[in-house]
Amino acid sequence: MRKYSVFAVVREAMRGHKGWEAQWASPEPRKEYDAIIVGGGGHGLGAAYYLAKEHGITNVAVLEKGWIGGGNTGRNTTIIRSNYLYEESMDIYEHALKLWEGLSQDLNYNVMYSPRGVMMLSHNIHDQQSFKRHVHANRLYGIDNEWLTPEQAKAYCPPLDIAKTARYPINGAALQRRGGTARHDAVAWGYARGASDRGVHIIQNCEVTAIRRGPDGVVIGVDTNRGFIGAKKIGVSAAGHTSVIMNMADVRVPLQSSPLQALVSEPLKPIFPCVVMSNTVHAYISQSDKGELVIGAGTDQYNSYSQTGGIQIIEHTLDAICELFPMFRRVKMMRQWGGIVDNTPDRSAIQGVTPVPGLFVNCGWGTGGFKATPGSAHLFAHLIARGEPHRLAAGLTLDRFRTGRLIDEAAAAAVAH
Amino acid sequence: MLLIYCPYCEEERSELEFRGAGDAHIARSTNIAAISDEEFEAYFFLRENPKGMIFERWRHIHGCGRFFNAARDTVSDRFVKTYKAGEPKPDLHPAPATAATVETYEALEGDAQ
Ligand SMILES: Cc1cc2nc3c(=O)[nH]c(=O)nc-3n(C[C@H](O)[C@H](O)[C@H](O)COP(=O)(O)OP(=O)(O)OC[C@H]3O[C@@H](n4cnc5c(N)ncnc54)[C@H](O)[C@@H]3O)c2cc1C
Ligand SMILES: [Zn+2]
Repeated sequence: MRKYSVFAVVREAMRGHKGWEAQWASPEPRKEYDAIIVGGGGHGLGAAYYLAKEHGITNVAVLEKGWIGGGNTGRNTTIIRSNYLYEESMDIYEHALKLWEGLSQDLNYNVMYSPRGVMMLSHNIHDQQSFKRHVHANRLYGIDNEWLTPEQAKAYCPPLDIAKTARYPINGAALQRRGGTARHDAVAWGYARGASDRGVHIIQNCEVTAIRRGPDGVVIGVDTNRGFIGAKKIGVSAAGHTSVIMNMADVRVPLQSSPLQALVSEPLKPIFPCVVMSNTVHAYISQSDKGELVIGAGTDQYNSYSQTGGIQIIEHTLDAICELFPMFRRVKMMRQWGGIVDNTPDRSAIQGVTPVPGLFVNCGWGTGGFKATPGSAHLFAHLIARGEPHRLAAGLTLDRFRTGRLIDEAAAAAVAH
Repeated sequence: MLLIYCPYCEEERSELEFRGAGDAHIARSTNIAAISDEEFEAYFFLRENPKGMIFERWRHIHGCGRFFNAARDTVSDRFVKTYKAGEPKPDLHPAPATAATVETYEALEGDAQ
């Protein structure tokens, strides 16, 4: 792998950009691998990268039914933060945030992690109490999060309307300064490049259609549209399609898949300095480096694999955006899309062993797993390599819905993403 | 936005009038205190999440207010049938009408270049 650097850019500029090599190889699948990861999103590609880099397991394939990063990795609004309420959540999201901070250097790939601050708006007493509880819990745990007055919030984000007469008045905000955004595609591509360089096979257009098990119940491989591929271990990291794949091994997971939408505006000059989220009126907004306003909406109320979503959902979000930021009322929206998100009953992720030996699962990241990508991938690699969870992911087990040890961010999370 | 036929009002109305209420045909155990943790997990947390035919409850909350059941294809979102609460689960083929996910880009704008 040729290193990316300013010298490489200059060198290629001098010779007509003819020397850039493919970022990852596209080999024919082998007959058998030590481990197969199902799903070429950020979580799956990252897990393969860390398996190779930190556990020396390089005979690995990532099987992706479409193109890598074409799932939720490439469809999300890229909000990154770690100010969750429970220790299990803080552990994994903060682990991820620390990895985000050095990810571009580690991968030699600019993932454009931009700690521009994530500000969550409080609109009523309930929000205020809940956010302050988060601020205190986070600070006690060593995670930055601070309470702002409406005036401080306005100073941090000038387009915000803090008038008392506003449709959705603001009584304060919680700010995590280290939160921000990153470039979604670059995360998938950077991990793919790093993994491929270490010998991992990235196999696109390869859909897993069955999981095969030996007489003792242990996994032996998967059927795909490109034939049978053997594996001693299988890690499923397929976001919205996890239920479909786990059913192939007769494992029921407590997930419901539904569409979540986002949309972007026409490109504008730099106008929006941070990320603002409002859970109460359900709107999320930031500005990409291309200049588009990136806006996240809510999920539909029914299970679906349609990757579209209802128009009333985005209308509702745009209503809120126009009230919070009156200056955006005449901005045109350019594109809208949906991704299929996998939600658990307690709205916390599942990462762990399954009742099937050799089969591991990473799912349930739902509407908010992009921010977890490096952390989740890192710990999923540990799980697959060692056969048991890392300390930081030990609470995310599949059996918690039987034992009752829920991680109830559903009730406690300040916001959905 | 979905168009939903309420079997009580005998009319198709916009999704805005309805509230989705999750899996249909879930029977609560008559001796709930006695069942095992596994059984409770299955009853309380595990839901069907098929790529294909789903049987679910809806409530015509801004209409007649009544609960009814529906069979819907989760790939196309098309309702195959709605039926009154208490009626048996219809015997319908579980596979989706099309297996391919309806991708916004491909469906509307042709192949990605
Ligand atoms: C509109 C939207 C906005 C969001 N906003 C945010 C946000 O601001 N912040 C945040 O933290 N999170 C956000 N999320 C959530 C986040 O995108 C996901 O939690 C996260 O990307 C999941 O990562 P992944 O890499 O596991 O999933 P994916 O990228 O979806 O990867 C799963 C892959 O599995 C593949 N697959 C499925 N079935 C098969 C099969 N049978 N065989 C082979 N491959 C298969 C899929 O094609 C897919 O590429 C958002 C999601 C959406 C949809
Ligand atoms: Zn009705």
